[in-house]
Order: sequence, then structure tokens, then C-alpha cells
Amino acid sequence: MQNEKAEFKKNILSSQIDLSKFELATEEEKKQQDVMSESTTFLRDGIKKLMKNPLAVGSLIVIILVLLLIVIAPMVVPYEYSEIIKVNGSRDRGAKNLAPFQYSEKELEFIAQGGEIFPHIMGTDAMSRDYFIRVVYGTRVSLLVGLFASAIVLVIGMFYGSVSGYAGGRADLIMMRIVDIIYSLPDMLIIILLSVVLDQVLSGNKSIIIAKLGTNMVSIFIVFGLLYWVGMARLVRGQILSIKENEYVLAAKAIGAKPGRILTKHILPNCLSVIIISTALQIPSAIFTESFLSFVGLGVQAPMPSLGSLANAAREGLQSYPFKLIFPATMICLIVLSFNLLGDGLRDAFDPKLRR
Amino acid sequence: MKRYVIKRIVLAIVTVFIISAITFFAMNAIPGGPFNSEKAPSPEVKAVLLERFNLDKPVIQQFGIYLVNVIKGDFGVSLKTGRDITKTIVESFVISAKIGGIAVVVALFFGLVLGSCAALMRNKLPDRLIVFVSTLFTAVPSFVLATLLLLVFSIKLGWVQVWSATDTNYILPVISLAMYPMAYITRLTKTSMLDALSQDYVRTAKAKGVTPWKVIFKHALRNALIPVITYVGPMTAYILTGSLVVESVFTIGGLGSKFVTSITNRDYPMIMATTIFLATLMVIMNLLSDIIYKVVDPRINFD
Repeated sequence: MQNEKAEFKKNILSSQIDLSKFELATEEEKKQQDVMSESTTFLRDGIKKLMKNPLAVGSLIVIILVLLLIVIAPMVVPYEYSEIIKVNGSRDRGAKNLAPFQYSEKELEFIAQGGEIFPHIMGTDAMSRDYFIRVVYGTRVSLLVGLFASAIVLVIGMFYGSVSGYAGGRADLIMMRIVDIIYSLPDMLIIILLSVVLDQVLSGNKSIIIAKLGTNMVSIFIVFGLLYWVGMARLVRGQILSIKENEYVLAAKAIGAKPGRILTKHILPNCLSVIIISTALQIPSAIFTESFLSFVGLGVQAPMPSLGSLANAAREGLQSYPFKLIFPATMICLIVLSFNLLGDGLRDAFDPKLRR
Repeated sequence: MKRYVIKRIVLAIVTVFIISAITFFAMNAIPGGPFNSEKAPSPEVKAVLLERFNLDKPVIQQFGIYLVNVIKGDFGVSLKTGRDITKTIVESFVISAKIGGIAVVVALFFGLVLGSCAALMRNKLPDRLIVFVSTLFTAVPSFVLATLLLLVFSIKLGWVQVWSATDTNYILPVISLAMYPMAYITRLTKTSMLDALSQDYVRTAKAKGVTPWKVIFKHALRNALIPVITYVGPMTAYILTGSLVVESVFTIGGLGSKFVTSITNRDYPMIMATTIFLATLMVIMNLLSDIIYKVVDPRINFD
């Protein structure tokens, strides 16, 4: 009885719908509700955006090409970075400072006799070593230093930052004061200082790792581990401070999840994009630092080349052999530029908020 | 405001103290002393020397003595040349300060002009050109640029004389020092200028009928300057460390090249003195740029 009445005498405030005022949607209108694009994950969406950025794709290709070069070239080129060129098994000391694609007298003789000599793509250096293979190994060293140093920064910074941010309170205050002080230290000066000292201290140590890498390389890593992580720590802490206020963290806490699990399962995955971007931008800065140190004479141990030490060595014969500077210098600029552009592209793709 | 300034000054003093401590104890950790060269002095001479340089006292006491001396402005004498370090630093710093100062001014001026141009002519040819060049130059280390400039302009073309004591030409060292900060400031100015131009107060000013030039200079650029101020501190640090290699490349007798020679000579008192001096300078510049930043922009809260 009551229902029938309500159909005719509708209260103004009633939310009951009068069906007669509506009509069925046409097929065309129904189509508008269709989901046109596929559902996508955060990672896939970011990669898609990255692939639309021509600069980022270009620099990614350059980086891959450089990586292929430093992996393949030592297998193809029959020279060693630390050895004098050999012609037919005997050392050729006359092959000093050859221009690119030039052959020494001994080599020309050997070719005339029907032998085959691999061309010196970038000529040779003052000690009759093939310059191309030295540049390749120099790139290897510089890239390795860049990647390793960034990895060290990543691990220490992420750990310190997440503990500080998650713990909060007094622990956070003290940890951040330490970061403030380290942050205000002039890093380059301290690096130079520590490299000088560690070079002397470590040279007495005869362990295998140090002997293989050279004391300077180890001291670069130590210095990066001591000083460069603070930027990353600050970044991670800032992210965690905002993320830990989210409801899902509260929910996880309410279920009884332990802090370690909450950090690794709920918080860190959410600041992954920031971490990836800043690591990508850390690599060129580490390469910069390494080449700077090598240039000042505090870099990798001779005869192991690095791009910085090659550029430094090229200063001596600059007037006569400018190509010896041009090759490593171009390589440094190319690598740093590509990593910079890739980092910018990653930032634009994964974190629109950070966009400058 | 007052609290913030005091806090920052205390932090700066702590930092300088820590730097001095690191420097001192690091230098002391090096095995071998100044007398380990081939011509070892007789024990008597050695004892006198040890006493004269306070090397016979415990390390902590040595550090105290060193700190007191440093505050008095006495850095001791160089182990290699025997000259008074304070004097050497002051003399060579005059040259470095001149080059560095010009580089700072050049970087700031051209960076601001180019950045503003790029922002005002967004997506036009000049903007694209400026962005391309500045991106390129943020990837060129100062030592590479310095050596290339020396190669092209001094050696190959002969346009600029190579640096000598009588003929001082600042162009090439200044360019090689200023290029990276300039490129960075250009990018910084462009983004902050674009940000400022899209603000409501700029639209209001335009709507009021303020002339375009006045809008750019008084309303947009002044606000766009704020992020650039924070970069002055890091820029000083970059130019100071850059001067190490740039001065070596151009063989300028400034503080930078003195530092590099003292590293290769293992002249420890000189390394310590230069590190402490340069570090203090950087800390002061950072402090100043941070304080000015807060004074200029009242929107920032003093935390």
C-alpha cells in the first residue's frame, strides 16, 4: 500500500529515482564507457614515457654502444693495454706516438712480407702501446668506478636514510645532524686529502684486492662510502617521512608487521623512482670525480689507464699529438652527457613531481 | 631568523673544526716522517728539528698547538721550500681570487642573461640553442675544457698568449672555470624564470598595464634570482676545486697549482694549510649564500 502511494506522491527530499525520466543508452554512448587503453603498471608506464623521449633513448643507445665496445674490443684487438706492441713476436720500440691508422717501419716491413697487422685505430702512445685499447680500458675503469661508487652510495644512503626516517624522534635528529656536518664538508678537498693519506697507508698493505685495484682506486671507493652517501640519505629520509604517514603503513602496523618488513615491503618500493633517478645522476658525477682525481695524479695506478689519467698524460705532447687528448676527452664528455640526459629522461618519466 | 643564523654559524664553526681535525689526524696517520728521505740527518740534528716543530709531543697536544697557531694565522713553514706558508697562501691566493672572482661574475652574468632569454623565447630557436649548449657544457670537465682551450687558442691558433709572469691573460682560465657554472645557472634561471612568469603576480602586473620590461625585471627576474643565490655556495666550491687543475694546465702560480704541487711533493704542512684555508672559505661562502637566501625570500620558514 505504502509503496504505491510513494510512486505518485514523492517527497521532494526523497532520493528515489523516477525511471520514466530516463532513457536507455544507445550503443554509441555505451562505447564511450569502454576502457580504451590497456591497464598498465607503474614501471611499464614509466618505460613507455621514457621511450617517447628521443634524447633519453639516444643516450641509452650511446651507453649500450659504449658498453658493447668495452666488452668486445679487448677480445677483438690483439693488443694489451700495458704491453709494448709486438711485431711478429718481437717488441717494436719504434712504434712511438703513431698517428691514428699509421704503421711503424717494422710493421710496414712485416706487412710487405705478407703479414697482417691490426690497425692502430687511435695510434699509439709515447711508450709504444696501442692507444685504442688504452682508451677502451680507460673507459672500462671510469665506468666501473662510476657504477661501483654509485652502488656504494645507494646502499649506505638508502640504509641510513630509511633507518633515520623511520625511527624518527631523537635518533633521527642526531643522525641528521651528522648528515648536516658531512654535507657541509667540501667533498673534493677531503677526497684529495684522503686519497693522499690512504695512498700512503694502504701501500703497506699487501692484500689481493688492493694489489689488483691499486691503492688509489680503493681510496676513491672508501671516500665515496664516507662522504657521498649523505645526499641519498637525505632524499630517502624525506621520502620515507611522507610515505610512513600513509594508511597502508598504519594497517600493516596494526596487523603486527615488524619495522623491517614494513620498510622493505611497503615503504621502500614507493620511493624506488626517486632512488633510481638519483642513482642514475650519481654515476656521471662519480665519473667526473674519478677523472678529476686521475688528472691531478691521484687516480688509478699506472699502467692501468683511466680516462682522466690518459687526458693528463696527453698534456705532455699536446702540441704534436693533440689526438691523444681528444679521444679520452670526447669519451668522458660522451659518457657523462649520456648519463645526464638518461637521468633527466628517467626523472621526467618516473617522477613528474620532480620535473624541473 | 636570529636563531637560524646562530645555528648556521655554530654548524659552520663545528664543520671547520672537524675539517681541521680530519686534516691533522689524516696527515699524522701517514707512515713515514719528513726525515725519511735519502739524506737522513744525524740524530742530534733530528732531535733539534723534532723539538723545533713540536714533533716530540703527543699527537693530541700537537693538534692543540697547531690549532692555536692556525687561529693566530701561523701555518708553519713548508717542508720543501722552508718558506712561511701563510705568506705563500696569501700571495698565491690573490692571483686565484682574481681569476675565481672574474669567473663567478662572468658565470652569474651570462648565466642569468642566457637563462632569461631562453625562458622568454621559450621553444624558439634561441631557446633551443641555449639549452643545447648549456646541456653540452654541463658534461665537460673543467680540465678537459682548459686543455682544449689551451690547445686550440694558444697553441694552434696563437690568438692568446700562454700565461707567463709578465704577460697575464685571464681570458682562457676564466672561460674554463666559468663554463660549467654558467651552463648550470642558465638551466636554473630558465626553469625558475618560467615558473615565475606563470605566477599570478606577474599576470596581475601585466593586467595593471605595467610595461613588459618592468614586468620582466621587477616581478619575474627578481623572484627567479632566489634559487640562483643558493647555487652561489656550491659554485664557489666548484670554482675553487676547478682552479686546482685549471691553474696547473695554464701554469698559473695561484693557490690551486700550489696545492697540486704540494700533493705531488707530499709537502704535508702545505697540504694541511691549503685544505683548511680553502675549506673554511667554502664553508663561509655556503653560510653566506644560505643566509642571504633566507633574507631575500621571506616565504621560507626558519626551521
